[in-house]
Amino acid sequence: MGSDLPAATQVTGAPVIQAERVGLTFQTADGPVHALKDVDLAIRAGEFVSFIGPSGCGKTTFLRSVAALETPTAGTLRVNGVDPDAARRARAYGYVFQAPGLYPWRTIAGNISLPLEIMGFSKSDREERIARVLDLVELSGFGGKFPWQLSGGMQQRASIARALAFDADILLMDEPFGALDEIVRDRLNEALLALWRKTGKTIGFVTHSIPEAVYLSTKIVVMSPRPGRITRVIDSPLPPDRPLDIRDTPEFIALAHEVREGLREGHAVD
Amino acid sequence: MTDAATPRSRWPGTGNLLPVLTVILAIVALWYLAAVWMNATWERDQTARAGVELALPDLITLTLTQDRPVLPAPHQVAQGLWEGLAGQPVTSRRSLVWHAWVTLSATLAGFAIGTGAGILLAVGIVHSRSMDQSVMPWAVASQTVPILAIAPMVIVVLASAGITGLLPKAIIAAWLSFFPVLVGMVKGLRTPDAMQLDLMRSWSASRPQVLARLRLPSSLPYLFASLKVAIAAALVGTIVGELPAGATAGLGARLLSGSYYGQTVQIWAALFTAAFLAAGLVALVSLIERRVLARMGLAG
Repeated sequence: MGSDLPAATQVTGAPVIQAERVGLTFQTADGPVHALKDVDLAIRAGEFVSFIGPSGCGKTTFLRSVAALETPTAGTLRVNGVDPDAARRARAYGYVFQAPGLYPWRTIAGNISLPLEIMGFSKSDREERIARVLDLVELSGFGGKFPWQLSGGMQQRASIARALAFDADILLMDEPFGALDEIVRDRLNEALLALWRKTGKTIGFVTHSIPEAVYLSTKIVVMSPRPGRITRVIDSPLPPDRPLDIRDTPEFIALAHEVREGLREGHAVD
Repeated sequence: MTDAATPRSRWPGTGNLLPVLTVILAIVALWYLAAVWMNATWERDQTARAGVELALPDLITLTLTQDRPVLPAPHQVAQGLWEGLAGQPVTSRRSLVWHAWVTLSATLAGFAIGTGAGILLAVGIVHSRSMDQSVMPWAVASQTVPILAIAPMVIVVLASAGITGLLPKAIIAAWLSFFPVLVGMVKGLRTPDAMQLDLMRSWSASRPQVLARLRLPSSLPYLFASLKVAIAAALVGTIVGELPAGATAGLGARLLSGSYYGQTVQIWAALFTAAFLAAGLVALVSLIERRVLARMGLAG
């Protein structure tokens, strides 16, 4: 954090998330549903990885498996070198959902304090952490407000602050900006990128939006449904420092095209 | 909010006054008619026996001033109520305030026991599959047994164990009031959606932590809705508990002794006292509900 070097240039070492032939089959009344099949993927520390694909391609299921909210039925999945359940207990990740899920009866600071209370941090430690993450998501001064006093974008920023408060190295985000309008979304994308560069977190990001995936990621994982699988893994050639207007450059457009091709490919198999 | 919803009203808060007054006046008028009609038989018998003809105005006057009317007129009930509430020292056995206090204390004790039991059972049901399947049928069955059949047994069994006074009545009140709390809280504790529960899981929260920090606060709107039903049910339970022979204190005993001695005015005065008590208790719960939910951002 002390270094001004962009985190993306520090990507080194063993993978923090490693999937080998991971499969997950749900047993339903209509027979088995193959949510994930033979997923191989390695994510290294400091990478920003987007998962993109149509509904039912297993992108959310994969993210939930990393978080130990689902249990794969085949293959091996390691987070920080241990199984996802142990990683969760070691506070390896913070999870951000599509809805902020803030408690209306707690202030913003109170909401960020919630996981810290559950994990048993001391009061002074909690206060120091709340101030730090509020600053990180540019919500300093809003700690005493209640969620309904904030806009949707600010609420989602508060939920990101909550996920960052206990210093997990991995941030898992499941369509965090999916419910927001495009203008707010652009601003939050920019802020998220700045936050990632500043903290060097490893980020797993599920999205439906091609521009969002291309703008944010160092690696784009294109997935396709029935069975849910990875069809393409694209390493981004874009520099880590990305102003919003990078989206008008030929490199960006070419990359978006490649992602679109990947998505189409998945459907052709269908 | 409700004022804005009644656009016919020129003065905020008075929008419902006219219709409400009209209904009350209509009820009072009907009541007077019914009193004249129902009490007339006795007056006609009396005058027929005396061989006197009775003019209609006299008949009306007589039917509305009987000592033990079949149906006392509103002003007689109002007078009985006033004498019972304000005409006696509150420590007197003839004071409705004293009887109301006896009933109220058992009601509140039973309400507290019932609410506690309802919440505890609901917590158990939400957390244990076997409790979910085993407790609910019994809870439903407990409410299908007529309370009038249960109450004397509770009183007699506890009296034989040397327990009399407030506690037996409170247990009957609790019997009636735990059920709405149980049903409401089972629903309320299950309101947190999958995402909120997943968030808790992502923090490796324990079950007691999820209960204290998520399930219980989320259930409060349901709890308060249940409490309003439960406190009225507790009052009914207490009054029923005061009916079995032997009880000399409380509104239920007042009702019973009134019916023994044909004191219809006393019965009606006790009934109205019970109604006012119930209305007051429900209003009190509503007030606390509004304050708490507004503070928690859960109102509306």
